[in-house]
Amino acid sequence: MNPSSITSAQPEGNPSERKAAVGRRTFLKSAGFTSAAAVGLFAAACTDHNGEPPAGVFDLGQGDLGALNYAYALEQLEAAFYTKVVASEAVMGRFTMQERTIFTDLKLHETAHRDFFKLAITAAVNGDTSKVLPTLEVNLPDDLFATKEKVLTLAKTFEDLGVAAYNGAGKYIENVDYLLLAGKIVSVEARHAAIISNLIAPKTAAFASDMEVDPASGLDKALLPSQVLKIVTDGGFIKTAFTAKYLP
Amino acid sequence: MNLFDIFSNIEKVDAEAADRFSFYNRRHVLKFGAKATALAALPTFFSSVVNKAYAALPNATEVLKYALTLEYLEDAFYKKGLATSGLIPSMDRAIFAQISKHEDAHVKLLQGALAQLNVTVAMPTFDFGPAFDNYQNFLVYSQSFEDLGVRAYKGQAGVLKQTDYLTVALQIHSVEARHAAMVRALRGDKGWIQGNSSGNAVKEVYAGEEVVKQAGVYIGGLPGQTDNSASEAFDEPLDEKAVLALAGLFIK
Repeated sequence: MNPSSITSAQPEGNPSERKAAVGRRTFLKSAGFTSAAAVGLFAAACTDHNGEPPAGVFDLGQGDLGALNYAYALEQLEAAFYTKVVASEAVMGRFTMQERTIFTDLKLHETAHRDFFKLAITAAVNGDTSKVLPTLEVNLPDDLFATKEKVLTLAKTFEDLGVAAYNGAGKYIENVDYLLLAGKIVSVEARHAAIISNLIAPKTAAFASDMEVDPASGLDKALLPSQVLKIVTDGGFIKTAFTAKYLP
Repeated sequence: MNLFDIFSNIEKVDAEAADRFSFYNRRHVLKFGAKATALAALPTFFSSVVNKAYAALPNATEVLKYALTLEYLEDAFYKKGLATSGLIPSMDRAIFAQISKHEDAHVKLLQGALAQLNVTVAMPTFDFGPAFDNYQNFLVYSQSFEDLGVRAYKGQAGVLKQTDYLTVALQIHSVEARHAAMVRALRGDKGWIQGNSSGNAVKEVYAGEEVVKQAGVYIGGLPGQTDNSASEAFDEPLDEKAVLALAGLFIK
């Protein structure tokens, strides 16, 4: 069996691949990032002058632990974002009743994912909390919530990124139970991405646009942890420094 | 018919499956809405398979064949829907054109992957019963197929573990979930699945979605959560027997 046969249709070299790469760049641009963005907190925190991580900086860890902590970091960010949306009467006031219900649901789902990961990881390391990613301080200034469009755009960014992150991390998960849990979560993130995209551009192809889903292969994006963390870092969304030395 | 190759593989894994499938499939093909009595028997079948730890399909090739069969079904469904004059309102056509484009691409992708393994799977002949009689029927079938597809791919994750096939399967899986959410929204429902509520879609597709506990953690008991939010936040897999029992209803 030759896995390369099927992977030839995904991002890495052939024409449909290049298309996906272009899509990714456009995605980053549309999300307000550029690929040449300045080195952010994450990268800055990765190494000191000797190439070693600064003392006291948490590393996500290896193998399944690393993957779980990685997912926990992304869920913390998403949960913090929706918690802030829902907590503000001014922000919620710009949305219709139906849209407010959606944001309330998304907050519940993401906080459920976040709280679940904390408990599941703590259990997986037999209560050794030094191995569990700490609560991250996020950086989501009020300006990001200033208009309805800004909130929707950032929600879309986080959901699409979450989908690509789980899709790309899945093959590095060894334990089938953890893999299945990631699968149970990623499809909910994809549902979120579709619904938010449909609020931005109702009744169009936006819910699964050609920017996200490569039209030639019909495949959603899959990004490596290093790619995802660079986007998060470049966006400046997380203040707490951490490293991911053992993740691809 | 290739679907039955898949059934025969299942039978090797699960001897009892033959009995169950002989009732639900093969010569006794059911059609949604057409044979109410046979459909009424489905829940009993489901309660016997859902949430049971069956052995999954034996290898990646079988998963690809299984996936292609499901994609054939979706692809045929949307092509027929788009070709049925007056069925899809013009304002919704862009949505279904996009979905159809993806299903067509998935078929070609999986055919290509199987061709590399010297395996071909012929497209079955489908009978979608009353699906194209009116737009509401079409939406009900569409939602059911998409939510079923999400569960079907998820159910095979373990077989593809740590392979590049898994990545591709995940990349299809999330697209099916995007489709499902969009069609649910068109029907005025939430994009996510609450409990095992089908919202008047095919109820068997949602059996077992009501799980509120994950890896021993009662999600419904976490701060701010309810059983409803707990079930919405996690989608549940469905094994191939349950999936094929439903998909088989549409194969002539």
